[in-house]
Amino acid sequence: MSETTPSPAPKRKKRLTRSQLERRRMIMRSLGAGTAAITAALVGWYPVANRLFDRLRPPGAIPEDEFLASCIKCGQCVQVCPVEAIVLGDGDEGYGLGVPYINARKQACDFSCDAVQCVLACPTGALSHEIAKKEEVTMGVARLARPDTCLAMKGEGFTGQVQGPDFDGLLRYTEIDRWTPIKVADHPYDLELCDLCVRECPIDDAISLVPLSSDPDEMRHIPTITDKCVGCGTCEMMCPVEPVAIIIDTEMSLEGAA
Amino acid sequence: MRWYLHKLAMMFGAQPRRPSKREETDVARDMKKFQKTPEERYKRREIIAKEQQYPVVSNKWKYARWVSIIVINLMFVVSFSWDVQLVEGAMTASRFLGFHMADPTSALMVTLAYKDLMLNLIIGTVTVVVLWWFFGGRAFCSWACPYHLLAEWAEAIHLFLTKRGWVKDHGFHRGLRVVLWFVFMALAFLTGYTVFEYINPIGIVSRALIYGPTVAVVWVIFLLGVEIFFSRRFWCRYMCPMGLTYGVIGTMAPVQIKYDLSKCVHEGECREVCLVPHVLEITKMGYAQDTTEYIAPDCTRCGLCIDACPQGALGFTFRGLDGII
Repeated sequence: MSETTPSPAPKRKKRLTRSQLERRRMIMRSLGAGTAAITAALVGWYPVANRLFDRLRPPGAIPEDEFLASCIKCGQCVQVCPVEAIVLGDGDEGYGLGVPYINARKQACDFSCDAVQCVLACPTGALSHEIAKKEEVTMGVARLARPDTCLAMKGEGFTGQVQGPDFDGLLRYTEIDRWTPIKVADHPYDLELCDLCVRECPIDDAISLVPLSSDPDEMRHIPTITDKCVGCGTCEMMCPVEPVAIIIDTEMSLEGAA
Repeated sequence: MRWYLHKLAMMFGAQPRRPSKREETDVARDMKKFQKTPEERYKRREIIAKEQQYPVVSNKWKYARWVSIIVINLMFVVSFSWDVQLVEGAMTASRFLGFHMADPTSALMVTLAYKDLMLNLIIGTVTVVVLWWFFGGRAFCSWACPYHLLAEWAEAIHLFLTKRGWVKDHGFHRGLRVVLWFVFMALAFLTGYTVFEYINPIGIVSRALIYGPTVAVVWVIFLLGVEIFFSRRFWCRYMCPMGLTYGVIGTMAPVQIKYDLSKCVHEGECREVCLVPHVLEITKMGYAQDTTEYIAPDCTRCGLCIDACPQGALGFTFRGLDGII
C-alpha cells in the first residue's frame, strides 16, 4: 500500500479488506475452535489405545473394543446393581469415560441380584442380552497371583473381619438374608483353615481347595480354579490378606494377551 | 417455501437476510410501508421512550425454564440416590418409568461406532424424537439440558463483564457445529469409539450430577470459562452437535414462537437476550416476510424474547392449532 497516491481504487480495496479481515479472523477462529475440539476429543484415544487401564467390565460385557463402541455411557447398569459394584470410568480413561467397570477388591459382583440386572438394564447390548444366568458370565478368570501370602497355602486359619472393620464391601449371605446383602465387616469369621475364596464363591464348582500333599494331616491347601469361574471377583474381595493373594485376570487383559 | 428453506439454511450456518420482493407477502409489504410513515415512526419513538421510562421486567419464562431443567435433572438424581426408579440412567440414555429414552445424537454415534442396530436404542431414540418434535426440537436445549443452565449463568457473568468492558464477545461461524456434527459422526464410524462423548459436556454434567463429580468436570469448567471470558454461549451457539440434531428434529414442530409484525416496534430487545439471535433477524425493520411468522427452527423456545418484548409481539403458540386452542 503506497500512501503517496490517494487514488480511489486502493482506498476501496482497503475498506473491502478491512471488512473481509474481520470475517477472515472469525473463520480462522472457528477453524481453530473446531480443530481444538476434535483434538481434545482425540486425546481420549491415547489411554484406550495403550490399554493404560485394566478394567473388570460388568457381567455380559462384550469384547473391550466393541464394548467401548456400544456403551452409551448412561450408567443404568450402575443404578440397578444391588451392591453398587459397578462404577463409571473417569476422564483419565479416555474413551472409557462414563463406561462401567468393577473394582472387585472394593466391591465385587456377588450376583446378589440373581438375574444379572445390569445386563437387563443395558439399553444398547454392550452388556450382551444373550446372558441370562450368572454361570454364563465371562468377565475374567481368578488366579492365585501371590501364593506366598495365601493363608490356605500356609495351612492357616482366619479370625476376624475380612479387610478390617472399616471395609464397606457388601456380600449376600444366603443363610442370613436371602434377599439383602450385608456389610462384610458385620460378618466376622472364625475359620480353622481359611477357605473364604471357596466358601463365598457364588458359582458352583468354580474354585476348590486341594491339599498340597496326600498326607492325611496336610493342612496346606491350594485354591484351584476351574473353567467354571466367571471372574466375578468375589474371591478377590473376600481374600483376607494384604496384598491380596487371589486376583481376577480381566477379560480385557486376557484379550490383550491372546 | 423459499423463505422456510432460508430459515433451515440459517440453522446450518447461513447468514440471515432480508426477504426478497418475491418472498415478501403483500400484506407484509403494506404493513412495512405503513410502519415507515412519519406518523408511525413518531408513535414508535414515543412508545420506546415510554418503555425506557417505565421498564417492564419479566422473567416468567426464564424461571419456568430453570424449574423445568432442575426438576428434570433432579428426577435423574433422585431416582438413583433414593432408589425410586423414576428416570434411570443419564441424559444420553435413560428409562422413564420403564420406557426407553435415548439421545438421538449419542444413539447415532453408538450405532455408527458399533455398526449394529440395537432395538432398545431405536425405541428410545424414536420416543425422544417424537417427544422433542412436539415440543420444538431445540426446546431440549433450554428446557432439559443441564449444561444449558450452567451456560446461562456463565452468560450472565459474561454479560456483566462485557458491560464493564473487561471482556469482549468473539463470534464464531455457526456452520462450525455442522462440520463438527459430521466430523464426530465420521470419527465414530472410523475409529469405532464414541469420540464425541469424551468432550460432551451434557453427558459429563449429567453423569456428574447423578453419579458424583469426576475429573472430567474440569473440561466443563474450561468450557464455561471460555464462555465467560471469550465468547458468549460458545458451546451452545457454535459447537454442540446435539443441539443441531434437536434443531433438525424440531423443524416441523407444533410448539413454536410466533412473531407479530403489527405489534413490533423494532427496538431489538429480543435479539439482545437471544441464544440464537439470527432467528430473530425477522424482527428488524423490513426483515419480516409475513405479518405473522414462526421463528426459525434453530430457536430453542427458551422464551427469553417473549419476556424481553414489552409489546407482546412474540409468544408461544401451537402451529396449526391456533384456532382450536
